[in-house]
Amino acid sequence: MTTRPAADENLAAKLPDETLRKWLRDMLLIREFEVRTMQAYQNRLIGGFCHIYVGQEAVAVGALAALEPTDPIITAYRDHGHALARGMDPKYCMAEMFGRIGGCAKGKGGSMHMFDKPHHMYGGHGIVGAQCPLAAGLAFARKYTDEVIENRASTGVAMCFLGDGALNQGAFHEAMNLAGVLHLPVIYVVENNGYAMGTSVARGTTMAHELTAKAAAYGIDATSLDGMDVMEVYNGMKPIVDRCRRSVQPAFVEARTYRYKGHSMSDPRKYRTKDEEQQYEAQDPIEKLAGFLMSERKFAEADYDSLAKAVRTQVREARQWTDLSPPPDIEELYTDVYADAWGPYHGTSLPLMMKDTQQE
Amino acid sequence: MSRQIEYRDALREAMSEEMRRDPRVFLMGEEVAQYNGAYKVSRGMLEEFGPQRVVDTPISETGFTGLAVGAAMMGLRPIIEFMSWSFSLVAADQILNNAPKMLYMSGGQFGCPIVFRGNNGAGGQLGSTHSWCVESLYANVPGLKMAIPFDPYDAKGLLKTAVRDDNPVFFLESERLLSVKGEVPEEEYLVPFQQALIRRPGADCTIVSFGRPLYFCLEAAQALAEDGIECEVIDGRTIRPLDIETIVESVRKTNYCVVVDQSWPFASVGAEIASQVHERCFDDLDNHVARVHADDVPPPYAYNLEQEMLPNARKICEAVRSVTYNA
Repeated sequence: MTTRPAADENLAAKLPDETLRKWLRDMLLIREFEVRTMQAYQNRLIGGFCHIYVGQEAVAVGALAALEPTDPIITAYRDHGHALARGMDPKYCMAEMFGRIGGCAKGKGGSMHMFDKPHHMYGGHGIVGAQCPLAAGLAFARKYTDEVIENRASTGVAMCFLGDGALNQGAFHEAMNLAGVLHLPVIYVVENNGYAMGTSVARGTTMAHELTAKAAAYGIDATSLDGMDVMEVYNGMKPIVDRCRRSVQPAFVEARTYRYKGHSMSDPRKYRTKDEEQQYEAQDPIEKLAGFLMSERKFAEADYDSLAKAVRTQVREARQWTDLSPPPDIEELYTDVYADAWGPYHGTSLPLMMKDTQQE
Repeated sequence: MSRQIEYRDALREAMSEEMRRDPRVFLMGEEVAQYNGAYKVSRGMLEEFGPQRVVDTPISETGFTGLAVGAAMMGLRPIIEFMSWSFSLVAADQILNNAPKMLYMSGGQFGCPIVFRGNNGAGGQLGSTHSWCVESLYANVPGLKMAIPFDPYDAKGLLKTAVRDDNPVFFLESERLLSVKGEVPEEEYLVPFQQALIRRPGADCTIVSFGRPLYFCLEAAQALAEDGIECEVIDGRTIRPLDIETIVESVRKTNYCVVVDQSWPFASVGAEIASQVHERCFDDLDNHVARVHADDVPPPYAYNLEQEMLPNARKICEAVRSVTYNA
């Protein structure tokens, strides 16, 4: 087991303009989407729990950039950002939260359950830490399919996002142990935003000042990186992804980040200070990348404005599309319970998103 | 060609045949590979299929059941062995919250074709924590199927069906039955779900049960026959889906019904079947449906207490006599 330094090399700085602009656009899209989501929630157009990703955009965007698009990913309930960064059209994501048939899960999952099979996103999971063993299974299945069914070397890597609160769940530790003993190519990315709901990481877990120590007991390589800088996330993550894929071994990454908003929409954030919030907002990941592009890549204010405008339009259109999508038919209540039809159950059918994507 | 084989061998034949047929099927669990299975169900499978397809796990039920959910979402078809269903409680979030709901909460995108199988039920003086009968606890959850094999023939035929099913199947075996021998054909066969079987025909009272308690039902039916009460003993075989039609048809003929369920009485499979029979056969019944359950207490260790706690032939006879007194 090694705790590796975050970034040996500035790999991101060597990427072409269009890649970095795409990252900026993705982060702007997530932020705009989340702002509109909060408004819709406050207007009671979205029900249930709703967890906002604003502030953490660099983690999803930078980490997913280090993967192949076919590498499976999975996350917890703060999942809109990962879905969008993976390529889900925001209209399916918005419609899901509105409980409409056009949602990625036909309106039957909600905010916490963004699934996107065409983009190899395996959810969106509501119970803290419960996605960690599933991620080991995704890695197991990729490896098994290659080695046992296709009779070739393992080629895949699975990525599992979790919050710092999940570090204290048994499911996380069992998954890490299994990934270690079964040699599974899975990367556990802890988005350490400082708080498990209202409990600070220091109050909730041991070795809070050095979370990579959690991986030591499992013999798993661990890295800690700055999750408020998308280029740093990529720089740290790319060599880890390559190594996991090559060596068919797990890894553990702590991305230090911050959620600007509360745990969920109903959180008054009494457990932290305004000063602290402002301190993090001052190192905003979107501004950071925009600043880099402007100083190093001839990116002008006008370019930024046009990107911002484009995502505003995209989110507005997603919202308009959502408004036109009806709630699921009552028949949907008894659809997708079982894969086959028997008794009161109708069998299963695919969401519009899958049909649209298959036609493309 | 038929031959006599043990229940455990029938289970192994089902798994091995399905693994030969479909490379997506693998077996995972505690001691399934190098140890040859804690109860020797998977004996020899490591040799044939290798360590990638017969996978030993640490004692880590939450971990390996969750692993199976992820693997199934990606298209594999795991068979997960619980050494005992008692240990499945540790994995409740994965087997109840994830496996049976994934298809629904992903809007039809990701199913979980997993077989969870292992020993269920008390009877070996294993004490309170190792003697679980999980059927009533788990049958409450939509999205899963549940099968309970009575003999080697069903152990093989139902398990092969379970492996081919596209839903999570909870497959409840019995440690007390593993050494039971029975006829199993050499030729391939499947036992379909939702197809109850009349294990003993009779015109006077219907007895419905699943798995091991059926042996007590048959013992009771034999004793009652000597007194002139002919019981029809129905093996439900699967709890989800439940073949209520076969039960209803029998009750319409006998006008009496006793349900025998080795789990606790409160909010149980037995209560559910009694309710459905009352609803469907109200005008046919000459008495209310009687239920025989495990006593509503934790499983005790002492042999005499444990035997008294479980359904047995004496209790079943008493139940049949008490409902048919007005026949």
